[in-house]
Amino acid sequence: MGSVARIILQRLVLGLLTLLVVSIVIFTAVNMLPGDFAQAILGQGATPEAVDAIRKDLGLDQPLVVRYFDWLAGALRGDMGSSFAQANFASFVGAEAGERVTVLDQIAPRFSNTMFLATVTAAIAVPISLFLGVLAALYRNSVFDRAANIFTLTSISSPEFFLAYILILFLAVLNPVLPSLSNIFEGMTFADRLEKTLLPALTLTLVVTAHMMRMTRAAIINLLASPYIEMARLKGISPMRVIVRHALPNALAPIINVVALNLAYLITGVVVIEVVFVYPGIGQLFVDSVKIRDIPVVQACCLIFAAAYILLNLMADILSILSNPRLRHPK
Amino acid sequence: MADRDILVKVRNLYLEGRSDETWIPIINGASFDLRRGEVLGLIGESGAGKSTLGLAAMGFTRDGVRITSGKVLFDGVDLINASAAVKRELLGRRIAYVAQSAAASFNPAHKLIDQHTEAPVQHRVSSRIDSERDAMELYEKLRLPDPEHIGFRYPHQVSGGQLQRAMTAMAMSCRPDLIIFDEPTTALDVTTQIEVLASIRDIVSQFDTAAIYITHDLAVVAQMADRIKVMLKGDEVEESDTRTMLASPTQDYTKSLWAVRSFQRPQKPPPPAGAVPVVSVKNVTAAYGRVKVLHDITFDIHAGRTVAVVGESGSGKSTAARVITGLLPPLEGVVEFEGEPMPGDYRKRTKMQLRQAQMIYQMADTALNPRKTIGEIIGRPVEFYMGLKGQEKRERVKELLREIELEPDQFIDRLPSELSGGQKQRVGIARALAAEPKFIICDEVTSALDQLVAEGILRLLAKLQDELGLSYMFITHDLATVRSIADEVVVMKDGRVVEQGPKTEMFRPPHHPYTDLLLSSVPEMDPDWLTNLLAERGVDNIGDAAVGNM
Repeated sequence: MGSVARIILQRLVLGLLTLLVVSIVIFTAVNMLPGDFAQAILGQGATPEAVDAIRKDLGLDQPLVVRYFDWLAGALRGDMGSSFAQANFASFVGAEAGERVTVLDQIAPRFSNTMFLATVTAAIAVPISLFLGVLAALYRNSVFDRAANIFTLTSISSPEFFLAYILILFLAVLNPVLPSLSNIFEGMTFADRLEKTLLPALTLTLVVTAHMMRMTRAAIINLLASPYIEMARLKGISPMRVIVRHALPNALAPIINVVALNLAYLITGVVVIEVVFVYPGIGQLFVDSVKIRDIPVVQACCLIFAAAYILLNLMADILSILSNPRLRHPK
Repeated sequence: MADRDILVKVRNLYLEGRSDETWIPIINGASFDLRRGEVLGLIGESGAGKSTLGLAAMGFTRDGVRITSGKVLFDGVDLINASAAVKRELLGRRIAYVAQSAAASFNPAHKLIDQHTEAPVQHRVSSRIDSERDAMELYEKLRLPDPEHIGFRYPHQVSGGQLQRAMTAMAMSCRPDLIIFDEPTTALDVTTQIEVLASIRDIVSQFDTAAIYITHDLAVVAQMADRIKVMLKGDEVEESDTRTMLASPTQDYTKSLWAVRSFQRPQKPPPPAGAVPVVSVKNVTAAYGRVKVLHDITFDIHAGRTVAVVGESGSGKSTAARVITGLLPPLEGVVEFEGEPMPGDYRKRTKMQLRQAQMIYQMADTALNPRKTIGEIIGRPVEFYMGLKGQEKRERVKELLREIELEPDQFIDRLPSELSGGQKQRVGIARALAAEPKFIICDEVTSALDQLVAEGILRLLAKLQDELGLSYMFITHDLATVRSIADEVVVMKDGRVVEQGPKTEMFRPPHHPYTDLLLSSVPEMDPDWLTNLLAERGVDNIGDAAVGNM
């Protein structure tokens, strides 16, 4: 196990390093956005003094490098700062300043909603994709294979909102089995929550299945010409068992990587679906925050997205390594 | 012999293979009978269709191959028209297969024993527990070390020779009536090959299993088969029982195969005393990273002579070549060229020093750039070392092609993919000659070639040596090649030189024990050779020798 532990440690360090680089990119990019929060909130008629006061209060007058390290130090302590937009600027008109809302307070519920949606989608999409992929490999070039390919390719090629509306039409309007609005709130029972989440999850399943299914199919077919598959066939093993027991374990590495990529997409890229179903996920918060130049929230979201990508890819790497018996059982 | 004794009956079998859009014939009307308990040897060069025929006898064709007509009857069952389910019922249970490369044919993801028990359990021949116990007994019969536990290893944790025996054990797991052995020892060293051959022969006779033994090695088939069938480019050449076939082949092609091993070049007289060797390897120790692979090796190569470096895979032969060419700078010791020490790193050598030592590789396929024409491949060193350009260069390339006996106008503008294996190896030789070297390293140059083609290459190298006074370092594990071309022999084992001297001395006893093991392990055409050898060594002794060499 020594070599595996070393490889995993290497990947971990590399992942952290990547995250650091990404944090620099995020910070500079966000701060290069045109427009200024103080300007945006006070409007056209703001006096320069008022603008300066807000800038000073938020630390926007400091040089970029200083602000970066402040932010980074905060992030390392788990303090992502306070949201600009939710800040109480009453103090500037002489009133008592209220409690400031931290970025984490704002992000946490949204993020847990997003994770819930992603989890439900993954729980549906990953098994379906693997199952369809295995069947497509088994009955390659048959009517089933072609139908599965056409269906999944059509769904991945259609715009997400279009798929969403089609599903709403069939499952909420014509046959009202599922709610078309996913208004999630605290204190809901799990079953309720699941019911409200199901329609967006199904839409996302349609979006991500094609990629995973086709990779499963390709990775398996790629191995079918290898001598050990021929050997299995010559032992009189049934075609299904040849694929599941002899090909699949050796095809895991590419499949795991594609699954990870799609899971990362589910966490970071589902704004359109959230908008269509009015689902209170992190994607909407992110877009809103960009609109009003709420820099701390934007930065925190970016950092979470980056971390999700890196973490999932890291896990995919580690699982691929573990799927290789040569590394798991050295000589 | 009564008809019911016939297990396999193949009649007028025709097979075709797809090549681009057309179907070309692979087997043109093969017929044979195989009785219960009988071993049939299928022999021929690569491309003769042996493997295709062997698989067809199981009712199996690879992708891109189809049976066009003919009959295959296994114990009365028509395997060509049988449904997939009927064939699956027979495969593994009554008909088993042993592949050429056990390393590639065991699934890397599962333990040996899981793969061994799969067929018996899936075919409901025995339970998992019984079949596991049986596996251990078979492992013991096949003289695998630690038979109780070796099955619980993954394929990559077991050596090639052991894997090949584990695969034979796996084929035996359901006690089939028929086993197809498809070149099971081709990828093994001679010393390992012996044990696998002996194991296969024992177990086949013990269980009275019929077998089709496919190989290109005549001496091997002579040990294994009761009857031999010779194939050439999909056609049957002749078939008869082993002793008759060896003693009096009737067809010219068979006779030519038998004659291959007769090429023997007389040993040259020893170099004059005090002559400066062309290449001198002095006390060289070398390592890959921290692993030492060469320990204090010393040998000389004199002008116009051939030194064969022999040993099993992993003995350090090729590493020695890498040190001489400067690809791997030695830790200690020095390589001298005509008495002058050369820098250890090729980057520090002069163009003159680089020119003098050229190399010819084992796989001509991968050693030639597939996108360059033959003229460009040979022209490159002509320009780089000799500074010739334009018409002069082209003339020189043509001259080189004539030297390697390829018609210049026909070959100069072709791509490597349009050449046969032997022709490609000739181009490799011409590329080495282009630098006009004094010394050429030949790294297993004939081991990927069929015997007749290899013979041609050896004759060409001998001719070039006479004409140009070249010195060769001939790396090989094939002692027949050594016998035919070497003047001196260096025997290596585990990175050390265990014995060296003139060829005639090396092939005459007394030998170093390891040289003796190597020499006596080379199969001979005598069908009793293996039996006699086993008796001589004592069966248990062989297993021991094997363990020591793994």
